[in-house]
Amino acid sequence: MSEKKLAIIATKGSLDWAYPPFILASTAAALGYEVQVFFTFYGLQLLRKKLDLKLTSLGNPGMPMPMPMPVLLQALPGMQSMMSMMMKNKMKSKGVASIDELRSLCIEADVKMIACQMTVDLFEFSNNEFIDGIEFGGAATFLGFAGETDICLFV
Amino acid sequence: MASFDQELDASGLNCPLPILRAKKSLSAMASGQVLHIIATDPGAVKDFEAFAKQTGNQLMESREEGGKFHFMMKKA
Repeated sequence: MSEKKLAIIATKGSLDWAYPPFILASTAAALGYEVQVFFTFYGLQLLRKKLDLKLTSLGNPGMPMPMPMPVLLQALPGMQSMMSMMMKNKMKSKGVASIDELRSLCIEADVKMIACQMTVDLFEFSNNEFIDGIEFGGAATFLGFAGETDICLFV
Repeated sequence: MASFDQELDASGLNCPLPILRAKKSLSAMASGQVLHIIATDPGAVKDFEAFAKQTGNQLMESREEGGKFHFMMKKA
């Protein structure tokens, strides 16, 4: 069986949007795919040593809420942290893996992770804020691999 | 139930953990050995079919019993 390839561009840095790239990357690796994920803009948050991902209901009318709540209330200080904590607890109770866990599984499975050098510079991150074992590159680096893939996704 | 060499209880775990744990268990097994996987995630039924198809491992059995899903996977 020839090895299939998957490339993903991860551009979001929130708790909810961290799931699609890591779930697909880890599962594809388990299925024998060669996988590369290119992290750019807010997606760089997913590569930080200490993950502190949050989610927001603001501008997201699709998020199921435990109780109806006016948008202005959702914007109050502390609400974002509280909702993020509630979501993390709910995920744990449902047996959903944490992002830390999925990321570790990706690393274990040799998923290649590339941080976009341009946005690292733009946001003035230093390379030692990121986990070990990642590479730094640009659009051409990504396209070199993406051009040979069976599946290529933008998240 | 057919005999198996190793058992993996993935009860309570949600997608994609049952697949990832199964892959890990299978990696440590020899070709021809059988892994018995127990899961509660209903999505696992289709997922293990796809896993078998893609990896070449043989899904010998897939059934539901008492609210749990049981799979027999033979390592290629």
